[in-house]
Amino acid sequence: MRAVDAVMECLKAEGVEVVFGLPGGANLPTYDAFVNGGLRHILVRHEAGGGHAAEGYAKATGKVGVAFATSGPGATNLITPICDAMMDSVPVVFITGQVRTELLGTDGFQEADTIGITMPVVKHSFMIQRPQEIPRAIHEAFHIARSGRPGPVLVDIPQDLSRAEIDYEPVTDLRLPGYQPRVEGNQKQIRQAAKALAAAQRPVIYAGGGVVNAEASDELVEFATSDRFPVTCTLMGLGAFPAPHAQWLGMLGMHGTRAANYAMDEADLICAVGARFDDRITGKLSEFAPRAKFIHIDVDPAEISKNVPAHIPIVGDAKHVLAKLLIEYRAIAAEPERLAAWWTRIEGWREKYPLAFQDSSDNEIKPQYMVQALHEATGGEAIVTSDVGQHQMWAAQYYDFPKPRRWINSGGLGTMGFGLPAAMGAAVACPDRIVCCIAGDGSVQMNAQELATCAQEQIPIKVFIMNNGYLGMVRQWQELFWDGKYSHVETGEFPDFVKLAEAYGATGMRFEDKTTLVQDMKRAIETPGPVLVDVRVTREENTYPMIPAGQAAREMVG
Amino acid sequence: MGEPGTKEPLSLEELEASTNMRTGRKHVLSILVENKSGVLTRIAGLFARRGFNIDTLTVGPTDDDQVSRVTLTVDGALHPIDQVTKQLHKLINVLKIRDLEPADTVARELALFKVSADGTQRGELMQIAEIFRGKVVDVTKRAVIVEVTGTTDKIAAFEDMVRPFGLIEMMRTGEIAISRGRSET
Ligand SMILES: Cc1ncc(C[n+]2csc(CCOP(=O)(O)OP(=O)(O)O)c2C)c(N)n1
Ligand SMILES: [Mg+2]
Repeated sequence: MRAVDAVMECLKAEGVEVVFGLPGGANLPTYDAFVNGGLRHILVRHEAGGGHAAEGYAKATGKVGVAFATSGPGATNLITPICDAMMDSVPVVFITGQVRTELLGTDGFQEADTIGITMPVVKHSFMIQRPQEIPRAIHEAFHIARSGRPGPVLVDIPQDLSRAEIDYEPVTDLRLPGYQPRVEGNQKQIRQAAKALAAAQRPVIYAGGGVVNAEASDELVEFATSDRFPVTCTLMGLGAFPAPHAQWLGMLGMHGTRAANYAMDEADLICAVGARFDDRITGKLSEFAPRAKFIHIDVDPAEISKNVPAHIPIVGDAKHVLAKLLIEYRAIAAEPERLAAWWTRIEGWREKYPLAFQDSSDNEIKPQYMVQALHEATGGEAIVTSDVGQHQMWAAQYYDFPKPRRWINSGGLGTMGFGLPAAMGAAVACPDRIVCCIAGDGSVQMNAQELATCAQEQIPIKVFIMNNGYLGMVRQWQELFWDGKYSHVETGEFPDFVKLAEAYGATGMRFEDKTTLVQDMKRAIETPGPVLVDVRVTREENTYPMIPAGQAAREMVG
Repeated sequence: MGEPGTKEPLSLEELEASTNMRTGRKHVLSILVENKSGVLTRIAGLFARRGFNIDTLTVGPTDDDQVSRVTLTVDGALHPIDQVTKQLHKLINVLKIRDLEPADTVARELALFKVSADGTQRGELMQIAEIFRGKVVDVTKRAVIVEVTGTTDKIAAFEDMVRPFGLIEMMRTGEIAISRGRSET
């Protein structure tokens, strides 16, 4: 059969349900194979939308997302989603067309060195050189994308090779001698960690996206509640530990709660699970958690001691390691009373500094209230995606995610325009769930074209734009750190989002009154098909609390 | 290793951070890689992106034509070697990395020196070459080419010696290294 028909077979064998993509010259053969390929393909309006949709699909399910693009500009349009997937460890396979082999290296029409351009931001990539390599490359790509620390894998297929006839036989073995992720965790180290936890007077569990990736939320909850360990999660880990919960401190980091950040600051032992000590967490590294010893559990050995030296390093995935840690910890029968003083201290912070905002005295919608209203309108049960900016931080702070894979956002790269296409991917993955996007008025315009895709495919995402008429997060930094001089942050009145929605074949709405907001949101959610809502909120509200960049947790403001 | 719960309580004070950040010496990394297109670019790109400097780099075939060997020297005073090797290991085509112990390693580099030397100086230059077990591989009226093999230090010492004659050009291959004893590098 043709190599491209084999690609279809490989994708089906990998359990792929849907591909997001957009055709062009170099992948015309591939698109011909879709005609009778037996796979669902969703035609996006921009490859970046397709890439982020594949990420949203992957984040909502844990399965590998798939995005296709043609050579040259199609492939370069994928760079942002590829990089985003790398930073947030999202399993996505990207398959790009390439010019014919005889044109390679000649600056042929729509030739771009896709392998070269993407090399720094992929987990791995395959440049196909012989057509019979294609099936194996596809399977290896899926294996690499989903195993170990997940990430993006790219397969670049020259057009002539994709058309070639090959003897297709299902691939059952993988030949990756240099790739053997370790997931189990060293038993001796795990025992050492259990002992350290039993000895700790002021422990904190600091959990990240790795817990979500490893499907280890149950193990985390069970371990944390086997004693009264306080738990905080990173932006990527939200939902891995249920909020609210007696042991939940809230998110930590730049816009985390004081309880979480102060607990890290005073802890004597921090147990990091699937988290990577990003600068948005540590602030000033030299003053980060100065009294703490560190247990660091991560499936990627290179993360351990990269930023903060670990005292007990454990290479393994959160699911395996936490299960074993629980057994070891239970066997020690630690004295729970030793944590009483610590909890008194934490309760003090919780009472004194709860997450709070000054609500309006009229009908004005405060952005924080908008998130609370969405929580109420959805019963806290929606999958929520977001863009990047103030609205993202408020969504993270105020939605209270009860389960993992409910919160889908761009953390590491901070990609504006992520939310809408990611919601599209999540909605395709989870047709029975309500999928909402809390978007920024600036960000949403970076991938608004996918509303047309949603309208055409009847993908019923509900996009709530937190419209402050500003690139709000940048405005906030200019206000706080650049003498209040605003430079190019005002987005003003354009576009008219209701009209834009209608032009794309979606339903447009505008909400401006807080007293009816919950009801209005319910109405939007009940409206069939894609809905884009322009929610007018306070224009110059700041996201607090905040650790100014490069400062220590103690220096939190607001 | 015994049963869970073995009582031997631990004090947090005892815990030491596991990794040293800087070793302060030169490291020779011997890396086996799959012989696939782009492997060297992946390695070089990784070093550039993470801000690690490569001091020398050599690539060559091994007795297995599917596998090549990259020998790379890095300054452990500037870079956390542990982080360098862990990042290298993440490359799918990297099969094996050995951070060679200087005492258990034979390392060699080949260098060619083109030195200006007329009739009067030639004799002295050849004597120096002999002391360094170098070979004169080309002689013209006004220049001599000397081939020297040895450790990086030896080659540097030879360079110091011939510089006063007028060093026209020098070429060095970068080190290759092999572990002593019976076991494979
Ligand atoms: C693609 C991209 N460009 C620029 C930025 C820098 N940036 C971070 S937040 C932000 C403002 C986003 O504005 P909006 O979407 O309206 O969100 P708000 O902060 O107002 O809630 C900008 C420009 C970014 N993160 N991503
Ligand atoms: Mg805005």
